[in-house]
Amino acid sequence: MNEKKEALRLEILKYIEKHSRVELGELAVMLGVEETDVANEMAEMEKEKIICGYHTLIDWDKTGLETVTALIEVRVTPQRNRGFDRIAERIYNYPEVYAVYLISGSYDLLVTLEGRTLKEVSRFVSEKLSPIDEVLSTATHFILKKYKDHGTIMVPKTESERMLVIP
Amino acid sequence: MRNPLSKKIIDIQPSGIRKFFDVANEMKDAISLGVGEPDFDTPWRIREEGIFSLEKGRTFYTSNAGLQELRNEICRYLERKIGVSYDPKKETLVTVGGSEAIDIGLRCMLDPGDEVLLPQPSYVSYLPCTVMADGVPVIIPLKRENEFKLTVQELEEHTTPKTKVLIMPFPNNPTGSIMTKKDLEPVAEFVREHDLYVISDEIYSELTYGTEHVSIASLPGMRERTIVINGFSKGFAMTGWRLGYCCGPEKIIEQMIKLHQFAIMCAPTTSQYAAVEGLRNCEEEVQEMRESYNQRRRFLMNEFRRMGLECFEPFGAFYVFPSIREFGMTSEEFATKLLQEEKVAVVPGSAFGDCGEGYLRISYAYSIEELKEALGRVDHFIQRLRESK
Repeated sequence: MNEKKEALRLEILKYIEKHSRVELGELAVMLGVEETDVANEMAEMEKEKIICGYHTLIDWDKTGLETVTALIEVRVTPQRNRGFDRIAERIYNYPEVYAVYLISGSYDLLVTLEGRTLKEVSRFVSEKLSPIDEVLSTATHFILKKYKDHGTIMVPKTESERMLVIP
Repeated sequence: MRNPLSKKIIDIQPSGIRKFFDVANEMKDAISLGVGEPDFDTPWRIREEGIFSLEKGRTFYTSNAGLQELRNEICRYLERKIGVSYDPKKETLVTVGGSEAIDIGLRCMLDPGDEVLLPQPSYVSYLPCTVMADGVPVIIPLKRENEFKLTVQELEEHTTPKTKVLIMPFPNNPTGSIMTKKDLEPVAEFVREHDLYVISDEIYSELTYGTEHVSIASLPGMRERTIVINGFSKGFAMTGWRLGYCCGPEKIIEQMIKLHQFAIMCAPTTSQYAAVEGLRNCEEEVQEMRESYNQRRRFLMNEFRRMGLECFEPFGAFYVFPSIREFGMTSEEFATKLLQEEKVAVVPGSAFGDCGEGYLRISYAYSIEELKEALGRVDHFIQRLRESK
């Protein structure tokens, strides 16, 4: 890939990571390129699964839904030849699972559940996760407050105190 | 009772649009394209370093010229950025913003009657500071057709045997104009030939787009006749910390330190500790802000093209300088009407010198969302003006 193309891709990614709803024409203006270039690169990156989706960051706490986010530390026995992948797959296929990471350190997998009730989380851990043969132990943590998520600070910012005109 | 005031001070004209500024700043529900400072907060690591220095009880004066640690970092930074090396002990002074350096620099270099070449449109303080230093400001009106760059021909037209100092305000507030190496070379040659000195105000040096900032001090034979002024306000988003600096020949800096010692003592200690972190570890943050400004700049230029508002493409600072001549109003009339009718505050070009008449300074130190809202209103406004013609 030539340097210019790569630079453009990075610029696009950096921008849409924070502003996924930007109009392509507007993004093209801001990056100083043609709209078709932006559209082509984005289509290619979607195909290459560099862009995996366009999601929305929601502060569920403000919706009045009584849901929780849980982080579950899972210790597992890796399987011969397959390491952790097979066991991770068994876990991430559950629709209620939001994310699964392989982690270095004192446990192996970090499993997160989002937007679920307490009951749903406890049922998932006791009925689905713990009974898996390779799972040695779990430790469930509930998030009490999200201060910052996906690089976005969730607590409201105070209004700017800049003056209106300054030479 | 005797008049308590000095005649020199009374004679300095307050900015003609002071009233406009007061009115605009009072209008709390107005939106603005009028500020001359970044919309970004100071990068957290810099703020945190300031807090840490307070926790540590570092609340004493620093040496007059500034923390040695900071002066060392400043010199490393300038070496890196403009390729000029200065002695951090003898050729570097930390000031209260770039503004202080402008003031004391002129005081140190001028005798009564010495003429100062002052390209305009440019920042509002050069002229009064020249007058306070007993110098005679000689204004060089920069031209739109030269993209508000300074040319040798203009220098020739305004230089006399009394000319001593040339002020170089690039990247420029309010036009956004920059001077490339190629633009600077003939100017430097002229300066050397006429044995002039240069005060180069490079406060916007971090904010150039598509091309690296070049300092006139980096050209052959110019280091010894140039005071480079820079600071943390714009590039590092640190306006309120009031921290700038200047570097130049020991002979001049030595005298500036003397004045600074008597008038100021030292720049704010907390700010100095914080700034060390800025110079050491904030390249990435500065780069990100620059990219963001560049996106807004392109966005704004595109909007002006769409509105049919005549504007040259600037490559520095965070301003664009569109012409409003087609509407047959003065800049101030236009800005006042825009403020009253659409509640958008912009700065009349005439605030930056008579030759800024017929232009507006529009700042893009705002988010794209804010720019959109404000430009939508400007668009309505000029459409109405065009219809009523």
